[in-house]
Parts: sequence; structure tokens; C-alpha cells
Amino acid sequence: MEIHELIMLIYVFVLAIFVGFELITKVPPTLHTPLMSGSNAISGITIVGALLSAGLEEFTISTILGLVALIFATINVVGGYLVTDRMLKMFKKK
Amino acid sequence: MQILSYLVYLVASILFIFGIKKLGSPKTARQGNFLSALGMFLAVVITLFDQRVLTFEYIIIGVIIGSAIGAFMALKVPMTGMPQMVGLLNGFGGGASALVAFAEYYHILNVNKPLDAATSITLVLSVLIGAVTFTGSFIAFGKLQGFVTGKVVKYPLQNPINVLLLLAVIVAGVFVVMEPSSEDLLIGILIVSLILGVLLVLPIGGADMPVAISLLNSYSGLAASMTGFVLQNNMLIIAGALVGASGIILTLIMCRVMNRSLMNVVLGGWADAGSGGAGSGDGPQGDAKSVDAEELAMILDSAQNVVIVPGYGMAVTQAQHAVRDLTNILEKKNINVRFAIHPVAGRMPGHMNVLLAEAQVSYDKLFALEDINDDFPNVDVALIVGANDVVNPAARHDQNSPIYGMPILNVDYAKTVVVNKRSLNVGYAGIQNELFFYPNTLMFFGSAKEAINKLVNELKEL
Repeated sequence: MEIHELIMLIYVFVLAIFVGFELITKVPPTLHTPLMSGSNAISGITIVGALLSAGLEEFTISTILGLVALIFATINVVGGYLVTDRMLKMFKKK
Repeated sequence: MQILSYLVYLVASILFIFGIKKLGSPKTARQGNFLSALGMFLAVVITLFDQRVLTFEYIIIGVIIGSAIGAFMALKVPMTGMPQMVGLLNGFGGGASALVAFAEYYHILNVNKPLDAATSITLVLSVLIGAVTFTGSFIAFGKLQGFVTGKVVKYPLQNPINVLLLLAVIVAGVFVVMEPSSEDLLIGILIVSLILGVLLVLPIGGADMPVAISLLNSYSGLAASMTGFVLQNNMLIIAGALVGASGIILTLIMCRVMNRSLMNVVLGGWADAGSGGAGSGDGPQGDAKSVDAEELAMILDSAQNVVIVPGYGMAVTQAQHAVRDLTNILEKKNINVRFAIHPVAGRMPGHMNVLLAEAQVSYDKLFALEDINDDFPNVDVALIVGANDVVNPAARHDQNSPIYGMPILNVDYAKTVVVNKRSLNVGYAGIQNELFFYPNTLMFFGSAKEAINKLVNELKEL
């Protein structure tokens, strides 16, 4: 990767952190646990990288590492979203 | 096709941002989580069309196994076990990021692509953060589940060892950048990072877990971001950065409400603070007045304004349903019942709120510290269920107290304070709570669930 490509990626990273700060400071303490599990599910986005490795044409060590990564990331994504939904379903106002 | 996938990744990033934005209110939160999941689904589907993805056997196997385990965990975990669950999920996320970095590394070597400095740096960071998150989260899980001691663990040369290990990773990282084909070094970095994760979380005590879990949450996001740098994928960077920011904010909130620095928590804090007398408890002693269920039922019956302060004791004994029954019966008697929730009550941010939501307590009755604290002088009865340090008035006035300066719930300003606890034992900070000996305090001894149930029965008979 060229240095200017890296700089562009750093731009995106830094700006996204600012967006994150703005969004998260508005989440009330009542929802902090679902916020953690829900954002945790988002961090399972590495599933994309795992798919790219597990789906390589040639079977190599990358495929095995990709497969394990895929299992981990899928647990993270599926478990994270489901458990968050389970919690949020319970938050009711009478 | 490439263009289309970039656009879909952009849509997914936007869905993640909207998803978190909608988490800002309990009314829209569920919808927000759905939008975020939709973003994830779109990202996965479009990735399957990537020109690199040519075989699907392993993908199908991986997705089936992962979904089965993930769904099983999510549907089976009790609400009291939520901190452990989030801890585990953090670990899997971090582990996945480290593994993806390795897979990518071998792929680059395999296809004889040149490995430039920028990619190598992000590879090393990805492995480091991912591996620390992985083992650190499993230790945190073990502590919460009781497999690993929840106490503050001190080992000799704690800090020098950790600094040394981190330096070793950095030096090895520099060598990897200079000589990218040295895979032994990268494996070395992985192993040292895995050890570092264990050593960093081991010293952190049980009640400091809200900080540890938040911090690990942040790491799992940063690890995903680093993987995004390796793959040069903006969506991964954005999603990871959002999670990284979220974890950091929660970490800082937790530290602020404990009036401690992040360093102090991470290094195992508080253990040295309580001048050696942990357990015996310094500070005021005296006679605590106790009250039984029947008497307490009568006190509550004549009250108009009741505030319940839940703590970890409620979670441990699963007393949230009993507390809900108590709320219902008091409300039937036209008594105003509210809940005051300290930010560090429980083992993760928002832990109490989730438990009370599970017991179907309406969320508009749950008040944060700053929203209810000024109102305690108007409260007839403040009932504390399994909380201790967060209601210790010493935090306001005793400069020698290890918790001095920590914001507390001012329950002692209420006309009557009732503390439900099993004994007069000290709390996590290892100090005696002078509140127990105040003239307006009554001790209601017993395990939270049994005691509250007994109280509910007495109230029914009135």
C-alpha cells in the first residue's frame, strides 16, 4: 500500500472515531449493556476478512486460519445481535 | 462488481452509524440493532461475490458452526450472566481479527505479493491488539464466572514484566516491518501478545470488571479497524472505530464515577489503598440497628416516596423478580417507587438496568445518579439491595478513605435508610461503611432474594 493510501485510511479511521464519540455520548446509561453487546456485534465485521481467506481458491494455511477466524467472527456477530435483541425486547415502559 | 461492493460497504457503514444512533432511546433501540444487523448481512453477502472468494465449502462449514454456537449462547445465557457473555464475545471478535491478519499475511507471502511497510505495521498491530483482546477477554470471563479468582492478583515485577513484553512486541514488530518474510517473528509476536492479554487482565479485581470489559470492548473494535487497514477496507475501519470509541467512552465514564484513573484500575488499584486493614475495616464502628421483615413492611406501608438502590448483591441472588414484586405491591398502595442506579453497580455498565428490564420494571422508573441524587432529602425510605461502596458517605467527607471523591448516591439524606445485606462485612473497597451506623439507618439482614420475598409477604398481609 502506498503511503497516500495509508493516509486516506487514517483519515477515515480518525473521522469515524469522532462520529463514534458523538453517537455514543448520547446513549443513556440505561442502555449501556445493550450498547456494549450491540457494538460488540459490529466489531465482528472482521467476518468479511475471514470470508476472503476461507474462500480462497487454493487450500493453504490461510484457508485454515480463515476458517477458524470465520467461526469466531460468526459467533461474535450472531451471538452479539441475538443477545442484544433479547435484551432490548425487555425494555418496556408501562 | 468491485464498484458495487464498495457501494454496499458504504451502505453497511451508514447502517452501523444509524444503528448506534437509534440505540440512544429505548423506544428505537431494537430497530437500531436490526439496522446494524442488516448492515452486517449486506456486507457478508456482497463479500461472497468478491473475486477472491472461489470455494464455498469452508465458508458454509464456518458459518454453520459459528451461527449454531453464537445462537445457542445468545438464547441460553441468563440476564445475570450478561457481563460474561459480552466478555466472551469480545474475545471471539479479537481472536478473529488476529487470525484474519495471519491468514492475510500467509496469503500475501503465498502469492508473492510484495509486503510493504505500511501493511506490515498494520499486520503487527492487528495481531497484537487482537491477541491481547482474545486472552484478556477469556480471563475476564473466567473471573466473572468464578473459574479464575475475582480478587486483585498481584505478581512480582508486575509492571516491569508487562512493559518488557510490550517492548519486545514493538522491537519484533520493527524487525517484521524491515524483513516481512520473517514469519517466526510474527508468530513470536502472537505468543507474547497472548501472554500479555492474560497478565494485563489478571490483576484487575472483580468489581473493576465494568472497566475491564469496556476496555476490552474497545480493543475488539480497534483490532477490527487494524484488520481493515491490512485489507484496505474502509468499512472495517469505520465499524471498528465506532466500537473502539464506544468502549473508550464507557471506560472513561466508569473510571470517572469511581474517581480513579484508568492506570489505577488497570494496575489492580484499591488493594493497596485500604491501609492493610482490609476485612477488619477502619472507620466508624458502633451499633447498627436491625429491622425484621414485619417491622420494615410497616415502615414502607406508611411511606410515600421510596427509592430502591440495587447493587451486585441483587444480581448474585437473582433478586430482580422479588424486587419487581415489591415495587408492584408498593405501587398498589399508591407509594411512589423509583430506582437509583449507580453507574458502576454490577459487573458491567448498565447491568442493573438490564436485570430490572428482565423483571419487567418500566425503564422510566430507573434513574441515573445525577438525575435522582438531589431528591434524596424528599425520600421517605431508601432501600439498598446488595450495594455497599456506592452509598458510603465517607466518599464525600473522609479524605483518608480510598473512595474519597467518588460520586455516591446520597441515600443517607433520606429520612430512613434500609440496607439489605447478608452481614456487616466490608464491600469491594475493603472499607467499613459508616452508613450502617447512622442513626437513620436500619439493617435488614438476609440474602437479597429471600429477604425481599419475605418483605413482600409481610406487605401482602397488611
